[in-house]
Amino acid sequence: MEAASSVSNKTFLITASPHLGGQDTTPKIMWSVVGSLVPIVAASIFFFGPSSFLVIFASCAGALLVEQFLGPKSALSDGSAVITGLLLGLTLPPGLPMWMAFVGGAFGIGFGKLIFGGLGQNIFNPALLGRAFLQAAFPVALTTWPAIGGPWWSLRGDNFAFPLMSASTDVLTGATPLGLMKFEQVATDNVDLIMGSIGGSAGETSGLIILICGAYLAFRNHLNWRIPASILLTVALMAGGLHLLDAARYPGPFFMLFSGGLMLGAVYMATDMVTSPTTNLGCWLFGFGIGFLVVVIRLWGGLPEGVMYAILLMNAMVPFINRATQPRVFGTKLKQVVS
Amino acid sequence: MDDTLKTFRQGVHPPELKTLTEHSRIRRMPFPDEVVLPLSQHTGKPAKLLVRVGDNVERGDKIGEADGFISAPVHASATGKIEEIGLWPHPNGSHSPAVRIKVDKYSPQTPRGRTVPDWHGLSPDEIRTAVKNAGVVGLGGAAFPTHVKLTPPEGAKIDTLVLNGCECEPYLTSDHRTMAEYPDRVILGTRIMMTCLGVNHTMIGIEKNKPDAIEALTAALPSDLNITIHPLTVKYPQGAEKMLIDALLKREVPSGKLPLDAGVVVQNVGSIATIAEVFETGLPLIERIVTVTGKGINEPSNLIVPVGTKLRDLIEMCGGLKEDAFEIVFGGPMMGAAQANLDVPLLKGTSGVVVLSEDECKRAETHACIRCGHCLDACPVFLNPQRLGALARAGRYEEMNDYHLADCMLCGCCSYTCPSNIPLSQLFQVAKKALWKRQVA
Repeated sequence: MEAASSVSNKTFLITASPHLGGQDTTPKIMWSVVGSLVPIVAASIFFFGPSSFLVIFASCAGALLVEQFLGPKSALSDGSAVITGLLLGLTLPPGLPMWMAFVGGAFGIGFGKLIFGGLGQNIFNPALLGRAFLQAAFPVALTTWPAIGGPWWSLRGDNFAFPLMSASTDVLTGATPLGLMKFEQVATDNVDLIMGSIGGSAGETSGLIILICGAYLAFRNHLNWRIPASILLTVALMAGGLHLLDAARYPGPFFMLFSGGLMLGAVYMATDMVTSPTTNLGCWLFGFGIGFLVVVIRLWGGLPEGVMYAILLMNAMVPFINRATQPRVFGTKLKQVVS
Repeated sequence: MDDTLKTFRQGVHPPELKTLTEHSRIRRMPFPDEVVLPLSQHTGKPAKLLVRVGDNVERGDKIGEADGFISAPVHASATGKIEEIGLWPHPNGSHSPAVRIKVDKYSPQTPRGRTVPDWHGLSPDEIRTAVKNAGVVGLGGAAFPTHVKLTPPEGAKIDTLVLNGCECEPYLTSDHRTMAEYPDRVILGTRIMMTCLGVNHTMIGIEKNKPDAIEALTAALPSDLNITIHPLTVKYPQGAEKMLIDALLKREVPSGKLPLDAGVVVQNVGSIATIAEVFETGLPLIERIVTVTGKGINEPSNLIVPVGTKLRDLIEMCGGLKEDAFEIVFGGPMMGAAQANLDVPLLKGTSGVVVLSEDECKRAETHACIRCGHCLDACPVFLNPQRLGALARAGRYEEMNDYHLADCMLCGCCSYTCPSNIPLSQLFQVAKKALWKRQVA
């Protein structure tokens, strides 16, 4: 009776079932995404020197400060604002003045996320919304790409331009592979494309590293692999088909896949859980839409690059995609009832 | 034997946690000082009381009669004297009418001489009646009266009997041990059921993490019956009737209908073994095999105990609680009910008692839904728990019907998988209850 009497004055937890929970938590997912971005940030710093770090740092600072002061209490700990800051920084030209990157980060969190009600409520990817804002506000600065090469430690632009001032443009500028293709019909070497020694945004360097980091996230079920698979497949097939029709006019699929922001967009931007469909079929459709729009904008649009607008446009479609792709509930709409 | 692993689509894979008891032999325990027998131990109407305070009853005597078709009788699980009839804490959280029997310490507890019916000569109807009179209910948890399942409606054609040996809940091992230690009884029960239902094929579904159970049953298979054993992927909720039928037969039970509508009767292996016992010994369902386990109990065990044994006594039989015992669950940790009162009795349908430790129950903070879609990937019946959860939190219960709330079986996969720790399944329980109350009112 010893045991019985010792338990009788103990109180127990009473909760509804299930009494066990899984291992994943939302902050864990977010921080693992942040962790997986580290090699990409490192590659960016390797290719573009300290400028890249300064830009990414500034966009993170903008995102984090707004989240901290205007967001819900202790929202910083969930890691989502860090992702927005890092991703935005990676889409910007490394020579961008820091204050612009800061404004972009602040806008992305403030108007891309908090205004909708915070984490989970936003329609558009906050990082891309921040970039779209910058592109509209500072079109020249956003398309000034530093030339590749030069000493590693040299700044690739006027990173320290005084706030509200434009950058002085006394640095060497270059062009992105997509720009070269579009405006000068110059192709870029495939090996350079994969390895990343090309001009462009801070994160538009090594497609290979981005793919590896994405595979890690997909393996941990922290991103839905169907989205990048569908985007890349659509782009490859469409570009391949067009290339077959007119090889002189349309670049091959390999170039299309590894140039510009497609890898970063497909693996990290489009897979943002909040702004992508919740159904797996929806993810395939979503990716197809993005891939299609990317090719259309790149080949026939006025801009050399279309990943950002493709993803933002498809973000707007997500509620419709979700509604249209709800799976059939088990045991309903059966063709014939087995008796 | 079919070597390919079958399963259903989606679901989750919680830690199995069965090593605590999966190899411990079933032990028969001495009788406790008293047993408490609620008149409602099954789905359906509570039994009608047949005894009065002060009556002496013998083990196996009927003390409550089935009230209507969907109901089951209740029998005394020990020889003794009825001390009290009144409201008693019930594992479902209420106080419900129950009979408390002071167990006669000096009784040998041998049941009254009774005639064991020879089932060979019985008609299906007579078998059903015998099963009903023995108070047999589903031992897997839902405690649905077995005779109801054995009574297909006019015109229904049953072609397959499915035996549920999945035991997909973490921790539980009572069905596992039943199959490993009493394979002949499972086969005899199957034989009787096949005769009763007039089916000539039985499929036994067992998750492949029970190799000794699969081996024992395979060895016991008779040559004259078409019984097939199917190892299944270890996945929760493999043991849900509709999921099991889908896995084994690729048939979907229509929404809102019963397995009967898909031509199948599903029986838990424990219930099948009990049916065999009824025809072997003539004793009704008065004792059962239960797994008492968990990180918070000193000696996790598989026990045979009388129905009505109090939780307090069960804990004592297993060496008492550990310091960090935090939550006690009747049934498995995924769908079982937490217990507040140690005086609650073990019911016919209680397959396990799981004592969870503090670190297992500690809930992380709830975060905002990030629409990751993991719940949609987990739901075995393809609902949209994300949308349902948003509606439930807003109190828009009526709208939840349009999203097929009725098809939710509260398996808990969505809550389990949710990284934001949103209590989805728990919200659905509340919503279902609220809707049911509005419907009644």
